[in-house]
Amino acid sequence: MSTEARAEHFGAADWEGGTLPYRVGHRKLGMWLFIVSDSLTFSALLIGYSYLRASNNWPTPFPFYPSIVFSSVMTFCLLSSSLTMVFGVSASSKGDKARARKWILATIFFGLAFIILHLIEWNHLIGEGLRPFYLPEHWVKTFTLADGTPPSPLFGATFFAITGLHMFHVATGAIYLSVVAARVKKLKHEDVEISGLYWHFVDLVWMFVFPLIYIMSVDVGGHLAR
Amino acid sequence: MSAHAEEHFAGSNKLFISIWVWLLVFTLIEIGLAYRPMAIHIMLTILLGLSIIKAALIVAYFMHLKFERLSLVLTIVPMLVICIVLLFVFFPDSFRSYGLRYKFQESPPVAPASEEP
Repeated sequence: MSTEARAEHFGAADWEGGTLPYRVGHRKLGMWLFIVSDSLTFSALLIGYSYLRASNNWPTPFPFYPSIVFSSVMTFCLLSSSLTMVFGVSASSKGDKARARKWILATIFFGLAFIILHLIEWNHLIGEGLRPFYLPEHWVKTFTLADGTPPSPLFGATFFAITGLHMFHVATGAIYLSVVAARVKKLKHEDVEISGLYWHFVDLVWMFVFPLIYIMSVDVGGHLAR
Repeated sequence: MSAHAEEHFAGSNKLFISIWVWLLVFTLIEIGLAYRPMAIHIMLTILLGLSIIKAALIVAYFMHLKFERLSLVLTIVPMLVICIVLLFVFFPDSFRSYGLRYKFQESPPVAPASEEP
């Protein structure tokens, strides 16, 4: 029995070497494994945040404007950047590298818009007096419970850590995509697709950060005097 | 390896635009939910449900996993889900420590008078 026939018999041809068992190159598989590990990093951070939130009196300070309006526009920017990235990868798969570069540049534009809006939003909160381990005084006054329990000062720590790490990923992605856009004609299609995987992952993380950090912390009744 | 098979990128632009529209619709629903009074655990369940649907759409279509080999999906997704779910083991402790919090029911406690002479 030839090697091939035996492999056929055991259904194990994929694992005998000389082929790509997952039908993806090693670089793409590497990016997928990186994404899995990075997902766990963000999961751990978000679960740490949820742990603190469930065990403390947690402030819900975000007003409709600026916080929710800004974060919603930021969400729109990231979702749109994912769409332009898909178009870029799609153009690259057809061999139209010039078009791919155009779409990747659009993706970078949306990414940078996200970062700028996010920094303005951070600036609002820092201006109000929010710090990693302190709340603004008027937040403490508003969110102290009737039994005297003050709101957790760790709000700032979780907020800046999680959104900061996410913003770092967006910034890194923008640099990564700039390099891909600059060298797109020399790169193989799969390399463009891999950069797309990273970018979509950054978008995906925001799909959890936005509801858990922003939507769950909306100051619904407008309790916070400003 | 067949380079042609690798270069193929399934999915039309129309499909991707419809996914993008769905993602925006789910986001708008989430923002709307923020301003509807409801119990926090119901809100959390709906928000996380919507987030998981959005994440699945992104992974399946934008990240193209739906069009990859099943063996790749089975290698990546279940272990990630199991690891994340295992992290939930911390929550009973979180609820316990909320219960342990000292509540000033009437007035804040005062230090006992020193018995030292």
